[in-house]
Order: sequence, then structure tokens, then C-alpha cells
Amino acid sequence: MPFNRKDLLGIRDLEAHEIEHILDLAKSFKEINTRSIKKVPTLRGKTVVHLFYEPSTRTRTSFDIAAKRLSADTYSITASASSLVKGETFLDTLKNLEAMKPDVFIIRHSASGAPARMAQRTSAAVINAGDGMHEHPSQALLDMLTMREHKGRLEGLTVLIVGDIAHSRVARSNLWGLKKMGASVVLCGPTTLIPPQIERMGARVCRRPEEAIPDADVIMVLRLQKERQQQMLLPSLREYSMVFGINARRLEKAREDVVIMHPGPINRGVEISPEVADGPHSLILDQVTNGVAVRMALLYLLAQRAEDRGQRPE
Amino acid sequence: MNILFRQGRVLDPARGVDQVADVLIVDGCLQAIQPALELGCERPGELRQVDARGKWIVPGLVDMHVHLREPGEEYKETIASGTRAAVAGGYTAVACMPNTKPVNDNAAVTRFILERAREQGSCRVYPVGAISTGSAGESLAEFGELREAGVVAVSDDGRPVMNSLLMRRALEYAKIFDLLVISHAEDLHLSRGGLMNEGPISTAQGLQGIPNTAEEVMVARDLLLAEWTGSRLHIAHVSTAGSVRLIRDAKGRGVAVTAETAPHYFCLNDEALATFDPLYKVNPPLRRPADVEAIRQGLQDGTIDAVATDHAPHSSVEKDIEFEYAANGIIGLESALPLILDLVREGLLSASEAIAKVSCNPARILGIPAGVLVTGRPADLTVIDPEAAYTLDSQAFQSKSRNCPFHGRRVQGRVEMTLVQGRVVFGHRA
Repeated sequence: MPFNRKDLLGIRDLEAHEIEHILDLAKSFKEINTRSIKKVPTLRGKTVVHLFYEPSTRTRTSFDIAAKRLSADTYSITASASSLVKGETFLDTLKNLEAMKPDVFIIRHSASGAPARMAQRTSAAVINAGDGMHEHPSQALLDMLTMREHKGRLEGLTVLIVGDIAHSRVARSNLWGLKKMGASVVLCGPTTLIPPQIERMGARVCRRPEEAIPDADVIMVLRLQKERQQQMLLPSLREYSMVFGINARRLEKAREDVVIMHPGPINRGVEISPEVADGPHSLILDQVTNGVAVRMALLYLLAQRAEDRGQRPE
Repeated sequence: MNILFRQGRVLDPARGVDQVADVLIVDGCLQAIQPALELGCERPGELRQVDARGKWIVPGLVDMHVHLREPGEEYKETIASGTRAAVAGGYTAVACMPNTKPVNDNAAVTRFILERAREQGSCRVYPVGAISTGSAGESLAEFGELREAGVVAVSDDGRPVMNSLLMRRALEYAKIFDLLVISHAEDLHLSRGGLMNEGPISTAQGLQGIPNTAEEVMVARDLLLAEWTGSRLHIAHVSTAGSVRLIRDAKGRGVAVTAETAPHYFCLNDEALATFDPLYKVNPPLRRPADVEAIRQGLQDGTIDAVATDHAPHSSVEKDIEFEYAANGIIGLESALPLILDLVREGLLSASEAIAKVSCNPARILGIPAGVLVTGRPADLTVIDPEAAYTLDSQAFQSKSRNCPFHGRRVQGRVEMTLVQGRVVFGHRA
């Protein structure tokens, strides 16, 4: 069995062959998304609950479209972490929903580790749709699918990730995944936004983007949140943009076949200039397209597993 | 009731005693400690004889850092339940921190705690008063009145003194009343938003880190202030290698500083956070293995004088939630002793040194009459079976709370009996 897990909580947990399997499956699901009738009956009768403790438009929509194209029934619950104040803890919420017998929970939470804790308390499958600064596995998978499509491989690629690494679950999930798949990862950002000893996760850290741009096959630009300025992590967005912003001038030294990626939503003119975001090297919209296919693959694998578990006498 | 313990190993580090002896308790007081006691005509009536062969008889243990939560958070712990936990762990005296609701910053709260302890407590309770009014870090609490009401030290534990001038004044002013100042060393700016130790694990987990320096800059500050003012200073819950080094250097210069650590700082490290289990969330946080090693060195060379538990009860409402929102704290009263005895088995401490860290040393630091076996004085003592092996079960604890990360751990060394004033306040039932 190439994929035999109850949950998908992080890329860190996965083996290279599992990642490969998910990407292959996603590639085959892509075709459904180009049909005029974009729906297959694969997950008919399955119930998928989106449980979002943090605002999200694109990830939730992407998961929702993926589930519906597989004919699952989907329900969306926007819970507030402040329900804590009102007395219902996240585990109570989970238990209540669990009692309605869903097959898959898709959980986004602002607190790192919350989906992992929830997964221990439910027999349904849990997909982590992003937790705090910890992991965002479906994003890393769609990023890897996009890179593989455009570069033909992951092994041997040099991927430069630029930006606020410290607060980025996307950077962490990509780092785990890309290392497992044999790529090199270079991280670049203000030293205040590079978390301590990230090298131990297998990355190389450089101080200025210029040092790494010439060797990069892929440049992944991260969103910079405006709050970082108030937290004394940065003097100003203006200076950030001057030193770390990815713009046409900085890309002059890049390889001709470099591709530019961004998990979105982008701050035009801060971490990425409009001409780069919309330019010929940009794969930003391909990433969004691939997101649906990757999430179809994940739902297929995990909802199927739920069925197996139900049928197997304990 | 009078009791005669026969042929126990009497360990009384304050007097340098480590010998097999009989211990006689009459009318609540220690009557005699002799190698082979002959009961002649002065044999007291109603004498219970206990075979203590293979057992240790030690001064009642002293925990200089607990949170009893009463008044204000009685759903987590009360003076009654917390002191029951204490005696079950072998402790006959505890010093309780002032971060109750209301804060123990005035005589009325101190008297309430002492009165509750007298009425409902199983062991002796020594309140610690606040350094600042409401522990708000703005103005000095009334140390004179607090001292008179019965506090043995002052501390803004849990809400560290950020203002260096206030700390200076506290150290100076405490001298009038010979009050010990206990520092919870944490720079709240450096630790802000932190959830666990800053290092490779916090990086991988995506949890905001608390750097060692958040503790160390304040240890350094308070050591300098104590040296300058010539005041006594005690550093609570030391957790980092840097703090151990700073305290060791200061002691070498003759600064009047003492220090404590807690069992979780010499037993656990931040790798435990890999599961996001809030049971391991504590402040200061569990540190790197190198820090754990330095804490053990500090215990061995005497830089760290005492082991306290920092018993910090929380209910599942605060603990069984997202790691980020969960409260900091670990309960320790009923798990500490076997973990301390591990240090003896590992050859880090002698049996006497280990017992000293939880009896005469904290008693001396607090200036309380405890931690030593003196004939004619009230019999506060603990009988330990050092060999008994068992599994720690937090469900069976006397504490109201269950936030013990050592639950399920195989340990060795059990409290057989705890006596306060000659009365058996705890006895292990096989």
C-alpha cells in the first residue's frame, strides 16, 4: 500500500514514496478539472467537514471544489478560537461534529499542533489545512507538483525561499518535502525572520537574495505580513522591499529558466513586484490550479482509508 | 500516639548523620535517636513499633516553591488538597507563592492562608508575600506587615519584576525585616509570545520560542543588584546552563545568592514538545539537553542549593486545549522524590546531598525551623522505601489537578510514611 495513513498532518511525517504517490495521483486527477462536466462519483456518500479556526478563502475554496468534484458532501464551519472564551473547547467542537459521523475533517487553525491534537481524538481522517507556523502540507504538495511539472523532476533542483521564514508554515512544509525529494533548499530573509537552527532541518541560509538567485531553479516568494514591523522584526516594508523584494532588476542575474512561485495572497510591490508576479516566469496561477488536483488526491486517499477502516472488523 | 521506628537508616544531612538507628517519638516530639534504643522503665504507653529496616528516615521534606491556588482558584487546588499532595510526596513544609486571587500582598491574605492551613492543612504552610502591590511591578508591597503576619520571603513569582529600580528597592527594603527576595528571572520582552524553549525544536514545530537569554539577563541583573545592595537573593526555577554559570560565578565572588531548580529541569528536555502535548508546557520552558546536563552539574557542585517542585496545578480546562492557549505549569509534589532519588542512583549526588536539597537547604534559605531532626523538637519526618519500584499514576494523586508529565513513568523510591508533629499524616497503603 503506497499510502496507508489515517491523517495528513505534515510533510515531515511522509516518506518520499508517499509524496511521489500523491503527486502522481494528483497528476491523474488534473484531467477531470479540464472536462466540461468536472465531477466524478468517487466519494459519493462521503462527508467532508471544513473546520476553519482561521480565515482562509483560497485554501478552503480549493478543498471545497476538490471535494465536490469527487462528489463528497461538504460542510463548512468557521469556528472562532475565541469559542474558548465561550466555554466550548476545540476538542468539544470536534467531538460534537464527530458525533455526526463525518469521514474527513479539513482543519485550519492558528495554533501550531492543533490538528495533530484533534486527530488523536477522532476516528475520522484529519487533513491539516495549515496550523500556525507549523505545517501546510497540501500547499507544499501543490508546490512540488508545480515544480515537477515545469522542471520534470524535483531531485537536484535548487529552490530558493525568500521572506518571513520564521512565521511560515509553507516554508517548513516545503523544506521537509523538498529535502525528502532530493532538492536543495536555500532560505533567505531578514535575520530576524530566520528561525534558530533551521539548518538542522536541512536548509542552507543566505543573507541576501543576490547570493542565491543565480543558482536557483525555483524562487519561492513568501508573503510578508505588515504586523512584523510592529514586532520590531523589520524597520519598514519599504526597506524590506528594497533588500528582499523580488523584482525584475534582481532577476537579471537569475537563470533563464527560473520559475517564480508564491503561495498567495501576494502583496504587490512588497515582497514581489507586479511585473514579476505577472511575468513569464511566474507560476503563481498554476499553483492554484494544481491545488485542486492535489487536494482531490488527498481526499481520495484519506476518505478511501476511512472506508477501509469501517469495513475491517477489529 | 507514640511511635518507635526500629533500625531505619537515619539520614539527617544538617547534622551530618547517616546511620542505622531507632527513632522514638513521644507526644509529637522526637524523644531519641539511638543506634539501639533500650526501652526501660520510661517506656511510653501506647507505643506503636514500626520495623524500618531498609527504609530511610529523613527530616520532613521542604518544598520552597508551590502554588496552592487558594484563595481564588480553588477548582485547581486548595490548601487542603495541596497539602495532602505535599504529605503524600513526603513534604512536611511548603512555601506557597503569592500569585493567588487576590495576590498575597497584604496581611489579610497571609492570615487567611495561615488560618486555612491550620484548619484544613496536612502540613506546615509558609506563605511567600508579593514584592509589589498586586504583583503589578509598580510599588513595593508592605513587607513589614507581611513579615509580621507570617510570610517567610517575598516574590513576584509568575509576574516577574521588570523594573530594575523596583527590584533594587525590594532588595534594599527587605533587609530591614531579614526577608528573602525570590526572583522569578524572566525578561518579559524577550519571552513575549513564547510557548516553548527557543531552539531547533521550536523551529521545527513552528512554536514561538523563549530564549535562554530571557532568563539569563534577569539572573545577571538580579545578581548584580544583590551584590551591589548586599542583600540576600534566591533565584527560583533555574533552567538554563547560562544561569547556572552566572550563579556559580556570583557565589565565587561571595554574593549572598541561593538557587533552586525543579525536577522537570533535570529530567526532561524540549524534545518532549514534539507531540504538542500541553502537559509539557511550563515556564521557564523545558530546555535543551545541554541545559539539562548543566542543571545536573549545578546540583552536583552545589551551585543549585535546593530542588523545589514549582507545583503548579491546572485543570483540564486550562490544559486539554490547543498548546498555544494552554496554561504553563506542572504539578510536582507527588512525583518529585523518586526523580530526585534517581540522581543518587546515577551517582550524581550522595543520599545525604539529595535529601539536603529538599530539607535542610531550603529550610535554611527560608529561615524556617525545619529540615533537621532535633530531639525535643516536633517530629516532622518522612520514611522512604528507596527500593520500591512502581509506576507513577496521576489519577491516584491527592492533588486536585492532573497536569503531571511523569504520569506512567516507572520510578523507584516511595514515601512510606509522613509525620507532622509526630502525627502520621500520610501512610502508603500497599
